[in-house]
Amino acid sequence: MDVYLPIAEVSLDIFVLLGLGAAVGFLSGVFGVGGGFLLTPLLILIGVPAPVAVASSANQLVGASVSGVLAHWRRGHVDFKMGFTLLVGGIAGSFLGIWLFTIFARLGQIELVISLCYVVLLGVLGFMMGIESVHAMLRRRRPGAARRKLHRHTWLHGLPLKTRFRKSQLYISALLPIGLGFCVGVLSAVMGIGGGFLMIPAMIYMLGMPTTMVPGTSLLQIIFVAANVTLLQAYTNHTVDAVLALLLLVGGVIGAQFGTRFGTRLRGEQLRFLLAVIVLAVAAQLAHDLTIKPKELFAIPTDMRG
Amino acid sequence: MRNARLLLSALALVVSPSSPGIADTVTADLSSHSIAITTGFTGASVVLFGAIDQPGDVVAVVRGPERDVTIWRKAKIAGIWANAEAVTFGNVPSFYAVAANRPLDDIVSPAAAALYKIGVGNFKFEVKSPVAPERAQFFADALIAVQKRAGVFSPSHGKIAFLGDRLFRTTFTFPANIPTGVYQVEVFYVRDKDVVGAQTTPLIVSKVGVDAAVFEFAHRRSLAYGAIAVVMAVMAGWLASLPFRNA
Repeated sequence: MDVYLPIAEVSLDIFVLLGLGAAVGFLSGVFGVGGGFLLTPLLILIGVPAPVAVASSANQLVGASVSGVLAHWRRGHVDFKMGFTLLVGGIAGSFLGIWLFTIFARLGQIELVISLCYVVLLGVLGFMMGIESVHAMLRRRRPGAARRKLHRHTWLHGLPLKTRFRKSQLYISALLPIGLGFCVGVLSAVMGIGGGFLMIPAMIYMLGMPTTMVPGTSLLQIIFVAANVTLLQAYTNHTVDAVLALLLLVGGVIGAQFGTRFGTRLRGEQLRFLLAVIVLAVAAQLAHDLTIKPKELFAIPTDMRG
Repeated sequence: MRNARLLLSALALVVSPSSPGIADTVTADLSSHSIAITTGFTGASVVLFGAIDQPGDVVAVVRGPERDVTIWRKAKIAGIWANAEAVTFGNVPSFYAVAANRPLDDIVSPAAAALYKIGVGNFKFEVKSPVAPERAQFFADALIAVQKRAGVFSPSHGKIAFLGDRLFRTTFTFPANIPTGVYQVEVFYVRDKDVVGAQTTPLIVSKVGVDAAVFEFAHRRSLAYGAIAVVMAVMAGWLASLPFRNA
């Protein structure tokens, strides 16, 4: 059954949209990532114009993240103080990101910039996480092996504004999460995603947060960054399709609930290994697409109606 | 609705551009003057029918509203395929379809086809980028090819069927992705390879119902629309988590 999307101005099968939402929602629940990095390209693949796909995914992320945060919060797995500290940087970063987006779009290079960002970031992160999680799994097999130090001291821990994050059992500079939030905010606005897949490894490896606290706290932060992006996109580009977002949400929130439950049954390192595999697969696909000769050498960018 | 019909009939104009002395008239109308894009819209077809007063040929052209279009060409730069070159064209129709009772080349002389912009080969795009004429033509051809694949430029002309010598009819089909706006349906009456009569009728493609209201709201009150979209998403997320609360 086809449904007409008023802003995207295309007709799509309602069950395809619901199924897509459910699949991405499941992943989002398991890993605490918003799933935007999968949802946006998939929407473009099924025929939604790219600017509308980016903006509507942001809208969908708001709802999916609310649902996800509630599920994690009931288990006590959300560090609100950390979430809001990340958010301070995140909001500032997303304004800079939207500004950069507009400039690259004017130069006709936004799609290339997006793809290159994905390839570099996903490639590096996936590789690092894969290696680390394999090491962790091997260590668990050999209980006699030396345990790694709880955390290593680097120059990052010498920064001022030391703050206690009780839930995460951390005493670190507030500048760290603010800076992290800012960087992810810039990238997430440019790439049109919530940024969970960048935030999560950084929270684990850079901030040293406990793995169980990470997905819920990341989702909390994504709610607000995605809401900010939705508002900015609706206001400047008129590209938010609320009907599309709502359909994706219906499938997505249910998928996310099951995903969260499934995620708690997996051990931390297995979870990270699985995420690393997905991240590397997406990076490889994107890199491949950049280097093979495109079927269509000429393209007319979807115009920003307005 | 009746008022709209009257207005549209008034808009339809009759012109006889050449062959003075002979009253060569073509009268044509559409089965519907509007295409309403609703929630279940998967495309539409409109029947064009009419009559000519003496035996001859008929060519019909449907043209969507014109706009500026930028087309990019990808090239391999440092091993990566990237947008390398762009040309912007003015007055590019957003939709184009043509129908005739015989192959176009047999009916219309090249000069007449060029004058009345019959057939995709006779578009006269305004080049808005500083490029050499042959480069512009290269990009214009590519633009037409891309639009043909997208289904908004008809790849081949449709068939006009004659009932006897005078009455004719044809069906234009529109894909689900048609752009909105006021389209012009031009009917050319051709004899001895020259256009001797013509008529233009408007066809309005618009969104109706809830979708049109949403679209309007999103453009007129964009900030409020964005805020509602966010609130709706938050509500949906909260509602969906309720059944799982005690799990």
